[in-house]
Order: sequence, then structure tokens, then C-alpha cells
Amino acid sequence: MTLADTPGLAPPPVDAGARRRIAATAAGVGILVLLAVASLFIGSGAIAPAEVWRVLLTDDGSPTALIVREYRVPRMLLAIVVGAALGISGAIIQAITRNPLADPGILGVNAGAYTAVVLAAAALGPSLSAGHVTVALAGALIASLVVYGIGTTGPAGGTSTKLVLTGVALGAVLSGISFAVTLTMPEVFDKVRFWSAGSLQNRQFDTLWTVLPFIAAGLLIALLLPRALNALALGDDVAVALGARPTPTKLAAVIAVTLLCGAATAAAGPIAFIGLMVPHALRSIVGPDQRWIVPLSVIAAPILLLSADVSGRVVVSSELPAGVVTAFIGAPVLIALTRRKGARGL
Amino acid sequence: MRIGALSLRLEVRALIWTVGVTLVAIAIGLWSLTVGSAGLGAADVFDALSGRADASTTRIVVEWRLPRIVFALLGGAALAIGGCVFQSVTRNPLGSPDIIGFSTGAYTGALLVSLLAAGSAGNTGSALNTSLGALAGGLLTGAVVYLFAYRRGVTGMRIIVVGIGVSLFLGAFNTWVLTVMRREQALSAASWGAGSLNEIAWTHTIPLLVGLVIALPILLSLQEGMRMLEMGDDTGRALGVGAEPVRGILLLVGIALVALVTASAGPIAFVALAAPQLAMRAARTPGVRLLPSAAFGALLLVIGDLIARTVIAPAQLPVGVVTLCLGGAYLVWLLATHGRNGRP
Repeated sequence: MTLADTPGLAPPPVDAGARRRIAATAAGVGILVLLAVASLFIGSGAIAPAEVWRVLLTDDGSPTALIVREYRVPRMLLAIVVGAALGISGAIIQAITRNPLADPGILGVNAGAYTAVVLAAAALGPSLSAGHVTVALAGALIASLVVYGIGTTGPAGGTSTKLVLTGVALGAVLSGISFAVTLTMPEVFDKVRFWSAGSLQNRQFDTLWTVLPFIAAGLLIALLLPRALNALALGDDVAVALGARPTPTKLAAVIAVTLLCGAATAAAGPIAFIGLMVPHALRSIVGPDQRWIVPLSVIAAPILLLSADVSGRVVVSSELPAGVVTAFIGAPVLIALTRRKGARGL
Repeated sequence: MRIGALSLRLEVRALIWTVGVTLVAIAIGLWSLTVGSAGLGAADVFDALSGRADASTTRIVVEWRLPRIVFALLGGAALAIGGCVFQSVTRNPLGSPDIIGFSTGAYTGALLVSLLAAGSAGNTGSALNTSLGALAGGLLTGAVVYLFAYRRGVTGMRIIVVGIGVSLFLGAFNTWVLTVMRREQALSAASWGAGSLNEIAWTHTIPLLVGLVIALPILLSLQEGMRMLEMGDDTGRALGVGAEPVRGILLLVGIALVALVTASAGPIAFVALAAPQLAMRAARTPGVRLLPSAAFGALLLVIGDLIARTVIAPAQLPVGVVTLCLGGAYLVWLLATHGRNGRP
């Protein structure tokens, strides 16, 4: 896959691809189910597989049952939900900005949610919980509106350079603010340093239930968008000429991204690179059609986040946060993408 | 002839701005000598500087405040020069040591040193070790980014995107290291990582001065070649400038300057990024220029330090936090109001 594979620049997908897409979908679902089940059996508790099965089927009130049912199950579900949210918002951001390097982390949306939560923790006391989800949503909304508003208007509006620049600049301001707050308030610093790495550790069902409605709403909007996104891939002018309406599409996309990233960040902290990697991987498998990329990222992104979470538990005894693992995988991918032969524009 | 006259007028404009901004920066620096918890007036400061004040006033002004102010002026200039070199070489306004991962790498180096020191002896690591760790981390990161971005030469956007990737990688690592540290240790490491002038003494300021005195003539002698390369490698070569040697020397000197500042003060964000752009816009030069950039860098850092010392007095913010907010806000404002040709 090269830059020529960005939507709009590639030749129309050939018929032979259909079988490949279906095979990819089936394989993806299979891998996801396997990983999800495996993640229940892997952890620091060293519980025998048979024991895990038993307490999964019957809750006997033992500590083992508590670990499996109240910690491992919600953690697995949360990895799926958060992964899906981040992956699909990455796909949408890349489609509406027509920028192959766009990612909610790079464009400052996650930083908005993060800073909002830090400010809330400073003002209301450092009891970080999923109750901060509305605050995170507000932060994500403000950040995406500012980045989108500034990045797409004006003479150079909509160019990927300007958009990334705006994201980086806003991200810097936000991290400066949260830095200033956390450095002057040690107890807030102590609390958020664990959350800011991006981790699924010790999340229980209450976190899942708090963010689920927002992520479900975001997913719903996102899944309605692919046809319009395909038209946008041709450029706003052509899209209008074809009868599409770019502005409502972009507005819906911004709302979806806000809901998805804000809720995901509230639940797991800022996790970068999933939104960057997943659409790229999918484009190389199923081609540039958003009707495949967007829904498939709901399957592919959780695979990535789940494997990051599980390997973080296995590799180091003290447990690597999932956000650190995704950065370790994602940064080389980003570098490889920019080194590609076709990436002349970079 | 007309072109000659035009470029002369432009350079005169740049010169006026350079001198003017330098004077303003020095004036603010002198005035900020009177700012602080000791309640000294302008007369006390003047007496202390001319050697007529009592011992304690002299110590506060000459031993504590003056090295810090001088460091802010020189360090701002050094960072801005480094940024100017990076922006010229990458032909991109985003090019700066921050963006290509130098600052994050320096932070990683310092974190590792304090983590190892804590593991062996239970202390937080000496300042010298932290500086050395920061230097090693920063230089290593810079080298890695250059290598990854290298493919028959290094071009603008590729080095920046590779740098962002490496920065994010190290940033995630840094966040993780902070979570495995004890709280006090993590807080002090994070405070260093924000970039702070609180601990600056003459032992930090003198090496920086020496570095600038050595680096500036080298860079100024290469300035012509730098401008040629901004037109592209081929044009530069046609005009007699070998692309890679000139670029190599420029980057080396630029990184060395930034490293000197970072080793003493920690990574101070955005001065390197914002100062050359500010100078270019104010003096309306066609590209980034070394001396106006240096003047604006000095002004930025001396103002940033003044704000960091006063905004939540008697406590002090790390100056890096102030420059991060100011520089980022400036960039956002610039993007919102200007943005012609896709440049910020």
C-alpha cells in the first residue's frame, strides 16, 4: 500500500477482491474471538484454565471468581469497545481529512479529553473515575472543533499539513496546561500518571457501562457514514458535483469522533496509534473502499488493542500499560509508512 | 540592480529588528533582576551589579538571579538558532529539535539515569549524571531519527514524521517509567522534564556562552549555503553547495547548541519552533534567518522565565510549561489568522 492507495487516488477495486474481503472478515472475527477468550486465561493471578472455565460458568463467590468475573471479563470487553472506538475514529479522521497520517492522538483530540479530565481532577479532587466521561467528552469536542475549524478554513484550509500542524500546536498548549496543573498539585499528578499512559488495568464493569452508551452512539453514526466518505475521497468539489453534501458529512464525522475518542480516553487514558495503524492495515487488505474499511476497523482495532493488552501483561512482570505497547508497535509502523517507496509526498 | 537594492533593504530591516529585539530582551532581563521574593529595588540591583551593595544582596543578584537571566537570554538564542537550522534544513516550519525527538530523547535519558541511580543507591541521581544522561539520550535520538529518515539524503517531511513517531514511542516509554517510580521521584523527574531554569548557576551559563561564541561564526559562514539548500538540493548543487556536507555540519552545530541548553535546563519546548517563525514574520525575510531568530529566542525565553517566576509566586512553574502554552497558542493563532501557502 502506498500513498496512491489513499481514497480517491487508487484505481477502482477489482471484482476479485470481494472474496478476499469476505475471507479477511471471517478471519478477523475468528482471531478476535480467540484472543478475547485467551485474554481471560492470561493474567498475573496464575489461575488454572479449568478453574477459569468453572468460575466463568458458575459464580461461587471465591476470590478466583471475583478476579475472573469482575476484572478479566470487563477488561476484555473494555479492550474490545475502546479498540473499536479508536480504530473506527481513525478510519473516519483519515477519510475526512484525506490525510493518511491522521490519528486522534496526533490531531490532539485525545489530548483535549486528557486535559479536561486533569482540570476536572484539579478542581473537584483527584478521584479519577469513569464519572469523568462527560468532562472528557467536552474536552474532546472542544479540541476537535478547534483543530477542525482552524485546520480546514482559511487559504490553506484542509491541507493535511495545516491540519496536522494545528493538531500538534493545540496538543502542545493542552499538554502545557495539564503539565502546569499536575506539577503544582502532587496528588493530581500521582493519580493521572497511571492513567495517562493509557491502560486497561483494574477497569471494572462500572467503567464499561459508563462509556458504552457514548461509544455505541458514536459507532452507530460512524457506520452510517462510509458511502458519504467515499464521495468525499474525490475532493469536496467533485463530491458536490456528484450530489453529496460534504458539510453534514463532516459534521457527523466530527460528532462521531468526539463521542468515540472522548469516551475511549475517559475509560483507558490516551492511547495513540491504533487509529493510525488499523485503517492502513485494512486498506492494504481490502482496498480503499470505506464501506469495508470503516466496519472492518470495528473488528481489526480490538484485535490490536487486545493483543497489546495481553502482551503487556505477559512481557513484563510489572505489567506494561496497553498504551505503551501500542506506541511501541505503532511508532515503527509510522516510520515504515513514511519510508515507503511510494510515499514521495512525505 | 533592483533586486540587489531590494534584498539590501530587507536585510536592513532584519538588522533593525535584530538589534531592537535584542535590546528589549536585555532590558526585560535587567528589569527581571528586581523581581523576586527578596524585595529588591532597582537601586539595590544597580548597586549589586556595580559592586557597592552588601554581601547578601550581591549574592542574591549576582550569584542567583544574574546567571539565570543570562542563561535565559543565551539559552533562548541558542534554542532559536538550533530551530532556525532545523527549519532551514528540513525546509519546513515544523522542523525543530522538539519535533524530531531530541527533547523527548533527552528526557528519556535523564529518566533512565535517575531510575538507575534510585535502583542502586536510593537517591535521585546527581545533576551532572542527569545532564549527561539527557545529552546522550538527545543525541542518540537525533541520530536514530536521522538514520531512519535517511534514504539517499534526508528530506523535509520525512524527517519530521519519523521524528514524531520516535517522539511518541519515547513519550510512551517516559510515561511508563514515571508510573514505576516513587511519587516524589516521579514528580521531580517530571519537573525536570518540563524544562526549568530554577537550578541554573554560573557553572551552567559559562559553557553555554562558550558554545555560542564557537558556534555562531561557523553557522554564519555557512548561512549562504543554507539559503541555497532551501531552494532544493539540486539548485544548491548547481550553485556550488554540496548538500550533505553542509547539512551535516549545520545539523551537528544546531544539535550541539540545543544539547547545551537541554543538559542544564531540561527540554524547553517551542522556543526553537516559534522564534525563527516569529522573526521571519516580523522582519519579513524570505526565509528563516539566524540572527533575528536568536534575538527573538532570547526575548521569548526571558519573558517565559519572568512569567514562570511570577504567575504563581512564591512557587515557580518550570519555564518549559510557560513556553509550551505560549508557543502553542501562538502557533494556533497563526494558523487561525494566516496560513497562506500552507505555512503557519
